[in-house]
Amino acid sequence: MNVIVEREKGPLAELEARINALRERGSGDSSELEEKYRGLLTDLFGSLTPWERVNMARHPKRPLAGDYVDALDQFDELHGDRHFRDDRALVGGFAKLNGRRIVVLAQQKGRDTKENIKRNFGMVSPEGYRKAKRLIELASRLRLPIVTFVDTSGADPGIASEEHAQSEAIAACLVALSKATVPVVATIVGEGGSGGALAIALADRVIMAENAVYSVASPEGCAAILWGDAARAPEAAERLKLTSADLIGFGIVDRAIEEPLGGAHRDAPAFVASVLEAIDQELRVLEPRKPAELRDERYEKFRRIGAWEDDSRARLVTALP
Amino acid sequence: MAMPDWLRRLREKDVSAEDAALWTKCPACGEMLYRKDLEANLSVCTKCGYHFRMNAYDRINTLVDADFVEIGMEYLPGDPLGWVDKRSYPEKLEADRVKSNLSEAVVTGFATLDGFPVALGVMDFNFRGGTMGTVVGERITNLLEEARKRKLPCIVFTASGGARMEEGMLALMQMAKTTQAVERFMSDGNFFVTVLTDPTTGGVSASFAFQSDIIVGEARASIGFAGRRVIEQTLRQKLPDNFQTAEFLLEKGHIDLVVPRAELRATLVRLLDYAVDRKRVAPALKAVPEFAQ
Repeated sequence: MNVIVEREKGPLAELEARINALRERGSGDSSELEEKYRGLLTDLFGSLTPWERVNMARHPKRPLAGDYVDALDQFDELHGDRHFRDDRALVGGFAKLNGRRIVVLAQQKGRDTKENIKRNFGMVSPEGYRKAKRLIELASRLRLPIVTFVDTSGADPGIASEEHAQSEAIAACLVALSKATVPVVATIVGEGGSGGALAIALADRVIMAENAVYSVASPEGCAAILWGDAARAPEAAERLKLTSADLIGFGIVDRAIEEPLGGAHRDAPAFVASVLEAIDQELRVLEPRKPAELRDERYEKFRRIGAWEDDSRARLVTALP
Repeated sequence: MAMPDWLRRLREKDVSAEDAALWTKCPACGEMLYRKDLEANLSVCTKCGYHFRMNAYDRINTLVDADFVEIGMEYLPGDPLGWVDKRSYPEKLEADRVKSNLSEAVVTGFATLDGFPVALGVMDFNFRGGTMGTVVGERITNLLEEARKRKLPCIVFTASGGARMEEGMLALMQMAKTTQAVERFMSDGNFFVTVLTDPTTGGVSASFAFQSDIIVGEARASIGFAGRRVIEQTLRQKLPDNFQTAEFLLEKGHIDLVVPRAELRATLVRLLDYAVDRKRVAPALKAVPEFAQ
């Protein structure tokens, strides 16, 4: 059960219906109702807990990675890991963003059960990471910037994935990104689940949708690991510091993109456009940089992430800017 | 194996506690093992060959020629998330310090193996399940950077349940940090070996454990991305016994070698002998007093 979807039912849905009916009839003034509607939206969604943001990130109507790819000027998908199969949970290919040639990688969930089965619920298998690695290397050779969209609850944990070396596939994808000689911009658009998300987010700039979440493990996974009880996920979400505001505070995320009140799905086209605009801005800053500069800056960006006590064990030393 | 001075100093306080428990039961075959016999056999069951998990310093003692110079001890864990559940994170850390006699889940430093100077990192499951937080990430990164400066080969023994929950995303980012350090180290033509011991999973498995030139699995070690229980719970089916063992990974082509503990040192020396020019690396540790001859 999604707590945001539940909250959208009842008075909010009624008001929406009344406003729509009024608009369709083309008569009467809806402004009073609309004001009431905005007030209700603020009451319901003006301030969200981490667990509510997790639900926002998983909202069934939320724009998916593919919606961002579709909004690019142009996209030509490239398939396969050249070894075993084409993983439909990770979409990649050539694209154009504001006329600029790029390589795009996107973790794709499905909208319905049928598509979710095809996309493995956005959980990427080793073949997907190997496809990503291949395209990252291609982008470096052709000097095309890399743009990634992250939305996964985590890498696929199945038997076949283990047999095909999921660890090695993720590890190799991380190496490919750390070697990349072109700008890399990653955007967490929904769920950023653990190593499976990071595998395509070792980037020069990490952008995050306001209500996206990015965490070391899914709240359910964390609760299961620490307390043997996945039902305590809301509590884990609170502790994990997985919101965009938390992660900007830690220097792990560079920039958050504000969502419409009530979530990105309330005005998906405008929100998708604002994300693409932010990516474009970041690429413009990065593009003039030489390959060695990009790699050195990327090294330092992650090198300084840490927090430890000094010798006296008294003072917390945080090596963040 | 005689205990060198550096290890005796570390161990002084818990000798009596160790003596209190003279016998250990093998969890695999149930045999009661006399502790001293077990230690003399590198913590491998004398009856069935079960490999007990090893303390990092004991492990180092089975590998190095004589001295081990530890580096990175100045990096100690903080509490960046202010984590509290049943206990606070600092309380959990303190309990593990007492239990394991370690300051964190990895020990890093310099040593020689059959005369080859090496940078050596050894993880320990006894400290927070060998999980990688910012200190493990920092110490591994620091080890690789120091090794790179000196053009030393680097050997890392992994044992980890994955990323450390209590440090949240700061822990996850250590995968990125260590990856970049590995990449720089290897791109310079340096030799990197990882030895995957029981268990090696999650964020460690999906970063430096599987990024080395040669991946050695210790016999019978459990190695994988997702934990066995996670997979069983997700799929609601029991997995075959050999699933995610070092032997299974060898058969699937994921690792180079499976080596029993008793042969690990000799295997590493043979690998170093092929991969590293002894004359070239010999002077690398001259500046470290313990190794100046």
